[in-house]
Amino acid sequence: MKTPQLIYGKRLTGEEKLYNFFAMLGGITVFVVEYFKYFFIPPYEIEETKKHMADFGMKTLPIVSTMGIIIGFVMALQSYFVLEPLGATDFIPGSLGISILREFAPILTALLFAGRVSSGIGAELGSMRVTEQIDAMEVSGINPFKFLVVPRVTASTLILPLLTVYVIFISVIGGYLATFLQEQMNITYYFNSMISYIDMNDILQGMIKTFFFGFMVGIVGSYKGFTTEGGTVGVGLSTTSAVVTSSLLIIFIDMIMVKLGMM
Amino acid sequence: MAGNKIIRIENLTKSFGEKKVLDDVSFDVLEGENLIVFGRSGTGKSVLLKSIVRLLKPDAGAIFFEDENILTMKEKKLLETRKQIGFLFQSGALYDSMSVRDNLAFPLRKLTKLPAEKINDKIEKTLELVDLSEAIDKMPAELSGGMRKRIGLARTIITEPRVILYDEPTTGLDPITSKEISSLILSLQRKLKTTSIVVTHDLICAQIISDRVIFLKEGKLYIEGKLETIKEKDDKFIKNFFSNEILTEAE
Repeated sequence: MKTPQLIYGKRLTGEEKLYNFFAMLGGITVFVVEYFKYFFIPPYEIEETKKHMADFGMKTLPIVSTMGIIIGFVMALQSYFVLEPLGATDFIPGSLGISILREFAPILTALLFAGRVSSGIGAELGSMRVTEQIDAMEVSGINPFKFLVVPRVTASTLILPLLTVYVIFISVIGGYLATFLQEQMNITYYFNSMISYIDMNDILQGMIKTFFFGFMVGIVGSYKGFTTEGGTVGVGLSTTSAVVTSSLLIIFIDMIMVKLGMM
Repeated sequence: MAGNKIIRIENLTKSFGEKKVLDDVSFDVLEGENLIVFGRSGTGKSVLLKSIVRLLKPDAGAIFFEDENILTMKEKKLLETRKQIGFLFQSGALYDSMSVRDNLAFPLRKLTKLPAEKINDKIEKTLELVDLSEAIDKMPAELSGGMRKRIGLARTIITEPRVILYDEPTTGLDPITSKEISSLILSLQRKLKTTSIVVTHDLICAQIISDRVIFLKEGKLYIEGKLETIKEKDDKFIKNFFSNEILTEAE
């Protein structure tokens, strides 16, 4: 089959879209392999990694805080409306804790993180690519993958689990506010009840996948930025595509991890 | 004065889709010389420069830096070789998230083990060479086109490369700044004893800098020699290139 010549900004045929899709999957796989190859080779970009962790964390903190408290509040309220007629409001803290820990906090934090961070990485590296800054780094004898991609992916992998722990805490507080307003539930009873329902498996199932989500956000954003072509139009397309692709991959990984967790 | 062959290009061929942009191009670059590459837009001049540092991989041919083929060398060797070849991009390609100081410090921090004070001294001396000491703490967005080119040049020479590749160093600049940049390239070349390959359309720049000129036409090496000799050739393409008048096909 003749390789289609893809031009950014033009409408693609079905054949070109299919080619593009498989080229992207192949490209992301190569990026994952390259990441592990360069991750273990010194010098280690520890300062860059710390800088990006702080940047990604601060960028995402306001939106995940707002989302966390509202999700906790709304979920507790919805549970109340279902359980109150059955006289089972005592189950609210437990069911809330399990659903926040296992699913809502990890996946919603990851999706918001993808929106902020994957697009940011895609736009930054994409601009560097089209203005020849990555080429300049490469020709001066510095490996741009090691300096630009490895610290961003590592930072993204490490900061998302921390943000998720924070969102779990904030959502639980949001849930308590709702139960207090509806039921005047005692805070000690609320937390004791929640803890009695939660086991280590819930914590592990929720937290392990956040490392994979963070890794994927970093890899997809970096891949899209690094492979940008077509000037400013290309940067726009890479940014959008980074968010869409990483969000879809998060949902896909979640599905697989939940299925594996049930085995 | 020019010496041994430092770069040898042999039978270089590169196509993009159906279009052949370099077609069996061969020439040598002598140590210490300033070689100008002329040609119409789209004749593969920038592709040639990018192939020399393996930013692009040609379809066929060889590029020797001293006696080693750049196109087949291993990654580690390639990184070492790239440290000896500087590249000034058309836009300057300054890292826009870093100040001028950090732009210049970056390759030194990554490629050398120099202590911070030595790096600072080197930055100050290099900025003096390009006459922009006052820009040390500015961000790239605060610089004019000419200043960006000078800082780009400072970043290129700070690692003391043996060969510098210039991709249209005066494009987009006013005639006075163009002359200043051309004179700066020449004076730095004399001070630092580097070899230069300059891709340009700017005849004044070529007049100031060139020791030797090659012309590319439709991807092939069309002619090479001294600028003054080539200008005297009775050749329609050459006359058309150097003439200020508009020549028609009939002429």
